Amino acid sequence: MAHVPNPRPTGDFRATYAADRTLFRTRNETMAVLAGVVLVALCPLVFGGYVLSQLILIGIYGIAALGLNVLTGMTGQISLGHGAFFGFGAFASAWISGNGIPVLIAIPLAGLMTMAVGMIFGIPAARLKGLYLAIATLASQYILQDFFARADWFTGGTYGSLAETASVFGFQLNNDARYLYLVLFWVVVAFVAVANLARTRDGRALVAVRDHYLSAEIMGINLTRYRILSFGISSFFAGIGGALYGHYLGFVSAEGFTIILSIEFLAMIIIGGLGSVSGSLLGAAFILLLPQAMEVFANGVATVVPAIAQGTAYIKQMSVGAAIILFLVLEPEGLVHRWRMTRASWKLFPFSH
Amino acid sequence: MNTSLLIQLLVNGVIVGMLYGIVAMCFVLIYKSTQVVNFAQGEFVVLGAWVCLALVVNMGLPFWLAFLFSLVFMMVFGILVQVVLLRPLLGEPVISVIMATIGLSIFMQATMNWIFGNNAVRFPRVFDRGTVEIAGLNVETAYLMSFVLSLVVMGLFFWFFQYSRWGLAMRATAYNQQIAQSLGISVGRVFAMAWAISAVVSGIAGVVIGLVSAVSNSLAIIGIKVFPAVIVGGLDSIVGAIIGGLTIGILENLAEFVDGQYLHIGNMYSVAPFYVLLIILMIKPYGLLGTPDIERV
Repeated sequence: MAHVPNPRPTGDFRATYAADRTLFRTRNETMAVLAGVVLVALCPLVFGGYVLSQLILIGIYGIAALGLNVLTGMTGQISLGHGAFFGFGAFASAWISGNGIPVLIAIPLAGLMTMAVGMIFGIPAARLKGLYLAIATLASQYILQDFFARADWFTGGTYGSLAETASVFGFQLNNDARYLYLVLFWVVVAFVAVANLARTRDGRALVAVRDHYLSAEIMGINLTRYRILSFGISSFFAGIGGALYGHYLGFVSAEGFTIILSIEFLAMIIIGGLGSVSGSLLGAAFILLLPQAMEVFANGVATVVPAIAQGTAYIKQMSVGAAIILFLVLEPEGLVHRWRMTRASWKLFPFSH
Repeated sequence: MNTSLLIQLLVNGVIVGMLYGIVAMCFVLIYKSTQVVNFAQGEFVVLGAWVCLALVVNMGLPFWLAFLFSLVFMMVFGILVQVVLLRPLLGEPVISVIMATIGLSIFMQATMNWIFGNNAVRFPRVFDRGTVEIAGLNVETAYLMSFVLSLVVMGLFFWFFQYSRWGLAMRATAYNQQIAQSLGISVGRVFAMAWAISAVVSGIAGVVIGLVSAVSNSLAIIGIKVFPAVIVGGLDSIVGAIIGGLTIGILENLAEFVDGQYLHIGNMYSVAPFYVLLIILMIKPYGLLGTPDIERV
């Protein structure tokens, strides 16, 4: 990782190790995060269906992207099968809740099931790195996709399966405003958990594996264990995200969980910022909103140039591909980096360089 | 046991496997000389086929001229991709490079869907379609032609890397970039050339597939099938790529045979290679013929 200017306020020195390991770096940061959560929680009072549905989806994809960020950003393992794990979580939760277990319990259970599956597919990953790993996870994507199409008892096969509506003690979470709180709860849990992970022994071990796996091994870090653990954590969050997604739509079908979704997750963390906790959410928002913005844009252009009109769907897809390429070439460290640069230049003004 | 079906499927496997082998070879060529994994290889194949088809159908060019033009187009395209997209990413981590080619593949897919449409289109009759009987088996002439053409391409590859000046320069660069540079080889040009050759040969494969069956965007799946093939062969072995392609082609058809005759699970054709891939990687993490990466601290 390149050097990122991220200045602290003047006079904020860390005198103890405990002070250096706080969850948020400054009080203002704590306040900002709390304010953000409260603001989102107040959204249903102000906004209607569209904004709420987008917030819910950003939250859901954000959780899954966060999982991938633990694997790819923190541990340096590439996964091209994250979309399939997301799908597995959706099917697992639908299946568990279909067997009479309340949805709220089914969601974490689905996360655990996905975690187990992720760890099984992580076993070959323990010995692989870089390209070979990317290809191995690609295989897991196709194998899981094939499983979805085939396992009628679990996924309903080609027909898909119905996911029950979530409810708290008989109170149905059956509209966007109510469901938002469930998603928000999991977003907070997931992001606090991963931000915490980064300052524990295990989290540091993961980062050490990413930065130089041989040195990490020499320092006594069990590579196999941490690589598989990282796959487990990552697929746990993929499973939670998938489960929330399934219960939100109420219907789960295998077509949504292709390699395209896996690529979109990767795009989210690259655009947000590899290894950055808050970047996962930013990236999710970006990838979710970009095609919609492009659609509005294309429709606008189409009133002038009618030939564009039939191409809207393609323009949406092209914009995702172009965004990935442009970010890699122009801003490889992602949106978070851009934000830090802006903030640094603001703070250091007029000596920004 | 249905022997004639088995043999027929095996022959199919060899013919399809040769095409996989060629695309895998292009893939390995890029990886070996520029350390880039090209996830857009399948799109290259489709692009070549579409361009040739468009020249024949829309411009009314004779086939051989259209074929030639599409190869020139692919060459320019390959160089452009390398110079515009991948040169800025030199020295970036593996994941960035992988994602760049994935982004390229998404972009190309959408663009081709838009320009050429979603339907499969057949080439107009270029060659006579008939069947030849070889040792009691019916083989379509188109298949036979694709087989021969694959052999020719492989032969050209062999000649190029064994005897031509540029081929030697590419091998030297693949071996060690710094030493190659100190001997007066322009590494930048070698990189561009690797992409150009890879794009051209992919284009040839695309046109051949288009002639044999039809051109459609779903052909890009061959870019994914290449992965099991190169893993079997090892990512940095060109001969391995051909062997891997053949193995995967035969394996697919064998899986189909076993499945159709005994197991009746369905869809084994497309998934079996991936199971094999995972098993190979578990036992030999660098593929069957790849060189292990030895690191020192």
